[in-house]
Amino acid sequence: MAKLYWEDFSAGQVIDCGRRLVSADEIKQFAAEFDPQPMHLDEDAARATPAGGLIASGWHTCAILMRMIADGFLLEAASMGAPGVDEVRWLAPVRPGDELMARGTVLATRASRSRPELGLVSMLYEVFNQAGTCVLTERCTQMLERRETASLAKAASA
Amino acid sequence: MNYFEDLKLGERVVLGNYTFTAENIKTFARRYDPQLFHTDEEAAKHSHFGALCASGWHTAAAAMRLIALFNQRDLAERKARGESVPKIGPSPGVRDLRWVKPVYVGDCVTYASEISELRAGRRPEFGLVVSQVTGTNQNGELVYSAQGSVFVERRTPAPSN
Repeated sequence: MAKLYWEDFSAGQVIDCGRRLVSADEIKQFAAEFDPQPMHLDEDAARATPAGGLIASGWHTCAILMRMIADGFLLEAASMGAPGVDEVRWLAPVRPGDELMARGTVLATRASRSRPELGLVSMLYEVFNQAGTCVLTERCTQMLERRETASLAKAASA
Repeated sequence: MNYFEDLKLGERVVLGNYTFTAENIKTFARRYDPQLFHTDEEAAKHSHFGALCASGWHTAAAAMRLIALFNQRDLAERKARGESVPKIGPSPGVRDLRWVKPVYVGDCVTYASEISELRAGRRPEFGLVVSQVTGTNQNGELVYSAQGSVFVERRTPAPSN
């Protein structure tokens, strides 16, 4: 049963999405499947690239942030997915052993005009490493069920 | 990839295709996006998606896979012909990523890339190439699009001003 609905989000709210350690194995595993380039695949090959050592694929960092968002609050929310992401910036490399910290800030909320059962939440996510360097920012819109319509639907089916 | 000066707006390549299976959808989702409509067929049936569908980040990662493999093949061919090749990377980010339609089990998505913008970068040796990357399913429906960007080396450094 979802605990968080669209109504529970408001502009200015900051959501802590916890911490996550990134290992060399995880970096290499993701890269082998989704971003097979030398700087993501193998320490020795990576040293010869401008990255100077193994770094995570930017898409891997996006996927890690998704998991932090899921564990941080989304799995407890009445999520209806997301239409997309306005912007992702890869600001600094993520290296093995980095401990990432993520936080989300609610930029705005609005009801959907065409679909009364859902509301939209615009978010800015920021990911920092253990040195406090921002490694990634993401601006996106998430869709959440509205409590009012969810309880009406539940009452109708009871 | 050509050197920055030799790239043209509107230049388009088909990168290849990726088939989404129940297995690869759930494996990705269990690791990175464990919402029930990506991890559990039964629960997904009762969600607004109506069936198990891929995480949007899985559809994006599949595009990256095909881009990397395409560049690998291209690099090998150019080296075999004895051409000199530009340095590529890194990517500063991506814009306007759109998950236009859900991607379901069995969908085969063909990805393509078209150059949408060519700009000077901060470093004179590189230019910034923005490409519209799209994913189209087996029914010809657009399911994914994004404006990716990457730095590509110039043959001759841009004059400083």
